[in-house]
Amino acid sequence: MAEASSKFAGARPDGWAMLKRNRPAMIALVFLAAIALASVVVPWLMPEALKQTSSATFLPPLAKHASGSVHLCGTDVNGQDLFYRLLTGARVSLGIGILGAIISLIIGTTYGMVAGFVGGRVDAAMMRFVDVIYSVPRLLFIMVFISALDSYLKVGLDGARLWAQEHQWLWLERRMGGLLPYSKLLVMVISLGLVEWLTMARIVRGQVLVLREMAFVTAARAMGQGTFTILRKHLLPNLSTIILTYLTLTIPAVILDESFLSFLGLGIEDPAASWGSLLKDGAQVINPIESKWWLLAFPAVLMSISLLALNFLGDGLRDAFDPKSSD
Amino acid sequence: MLAFIFRRLLSSALVLFCVVSVTVLLSFVMKGGPFDREKPPPEHIQKALLARYKLSGTTWERYTSYMSDLARGDLRASFRYRDWTVNEVLAQKMPNSIKLGAVAFVIASVGGVLLGSLAALKRDELVDWSAMLGALLLISVPTFITGPCLIAVFGLWLKVLPVGGWGRWEHVILPAFCLAGPYLAYVARLMRNSLLEVMKSEFMRTARAKGVSDAQALAKHAMKVAILPVVTFLGPLAANLLTGSMVVETVFNISGAGTVFVNSLQNRDYFLLVGAVAVYCALVILFNFIVDVLYGFLDKRIKVYG
Repeated sequence: MAEASSKFAGARPDGWAMLKRNRPAMIALVFLAAIALASVVVPWLMPEALKQTSSATFLPPLAKHASGSVHLCGTDVNGQDLFYRLLTGARVSLGIGILGAIISLIIGTTYGMVAGFVGGRVDAAMMRFVDVIYSVPRLLFIMVFISALDSYLKVGLDGARLWAQEHQWLWLERRMGGLLPYSKLLVMVISLGLVEWLTMARIVRGQVLVLREMAFVTAARAMGQGTFTILRKHLLPNLSTIILTYLTLTIPAVILDESFLSFLGLGIEDPAASWGSLLKDGAQVINPIESKWWLLAFPAVLMSISLLALNFLGDGLRDAFDPKSSD
Repeated sequence: MLAFIFRRLLSSALVLFCVVSVTVLLSFVMKGGPFDREKPPPEHIQKALLARYKLSGTTWERYTSYMSDLARGDLRASFRYRDWTVNEVLAQKMPNSIKLGAVAFVIASVGGVLLGSLAALKRDELVDWSAMLGALLLISVPTFITGPCLIAVFGLWLKVLPVGGWGRWEHVILPAFCLAGPYLAYVARLMRNSLLEVMKSEFMRTARAKGVSDAQALAKHAMKVAILPVVTFLGPLAANLLTGSMVVETVFNISGAGTVFVNSLQNRDYFLLVGAVAVYCALVILFNFIVDVLYGFLDKRIKVYG
């Protein structure tokens, strides 16, 4: 405990300064910002003709489109520009990653804080539960869960659309019809958030166990502050960097899960795309006679580099803010 | 110790029960059934089909009747594969998955421990840097990217291993390495950090001061303690390998239980789905139980809650 207190007494170098000196992590950060920005801005700037499906299927990279613009990464099975799909796929993959990680952050932080702060038997039971969930094949349930829930959401959305049609609410009708192909996205974000919180809960609990013994918590309690106030006002700010670190490490985990589901055909469906579904499409048309390598190579490279960058950044954050942790 | 084993056994059974119950109930609420065709069969035939597949009655009746069948080891009939029971389908496919998973398990745990120890011993040297960079790469890149790359390099370019197929031992190598890759990397990182931590500790200094050689101090004292985090990870590792094998089976075209599971979801073949989940979970939970007991023997300091 003495060692832990000295760690927080200012003996430790400033984490942000350490992070700034970590060159791989900074390069990763710049790269990720560029990808995120490009995925939002570039599809919006691209000529409309490139985004449509067309009869020009399986064009190799740098082929000319009829309108004179260039297919940077070639076209896919539906004659859509692969570069455009990669960027919209990045939007979906990164979006699911970030949203899923935030959901897992909320659950994991709350769970870990309660377990750590209450302590005793409650803590033991809660952590035993985490251990059990850890060792059950969770993605199996996610798949079952998504299949079960998605059909309900689809029916619900379609019902709302029909209802709007009946009542002449054109705006709502169009909105619901537009959401219909994306219903799975919503279900996936929620369910992936529901499985990836375990590590966060463990880490937060461990930190809370250290923090709650400190003088400022005793002082706050002596001043008559309630448990909730102490958790929110005193513990949460001290946990923020650790939470940020593990948020960064959860994003690639969620993206991997999503791509995994999409690759198996249980996740994102056309017309939406994600890196996983693009890779699935690429893998389906690969054969030794006529190689359509670009359909596999571009999504694979973009996805690998992005995940690597996220992990580099997360590791950098961890080295800076959580130097005692292993794994 | 016996009491601990008994408690663990009880809690394992409870977990398995909960897991199967959730899956069964989820499969009941799923939309669409085995008889949803474009043209639904007439009512009396539908009724007969429901009765034949034991699907009539309230949710509670269906649930209890399924659970009692399950307790007797009867996983019922598949909707999709006519004239096949779920037991037969799984008995045919599961061994392939288990074989793949077992080989990958050995590669990931043994390879990870060796690589991690090597990196820890050569700390901050080229070996360490390259091993850890490689590990980060393996953790980041999904298996459905490494799989085709492995096929391209070893199957098509070097032509040393078969591209696909199943049956002989050389067919297992590529899929197993592909499946083990990320976990090998994870174990290596775990092992490296834990060994570095242990080598800093007092008892290592004492051992060295007594005149024990480096190699002996490592083998006799450090490894025993450093390996514990890896042992804790073995349980989750088994669970991860099981789900991971679905993708690898797809990439390498292996007809295993993973493919059966994914197809059963897409075909709404509920009993096959629930059966696959039940068998998967039973295997993983059994394995976890063994690891827990093993851990209790290995580390006397730690009190395991039951």
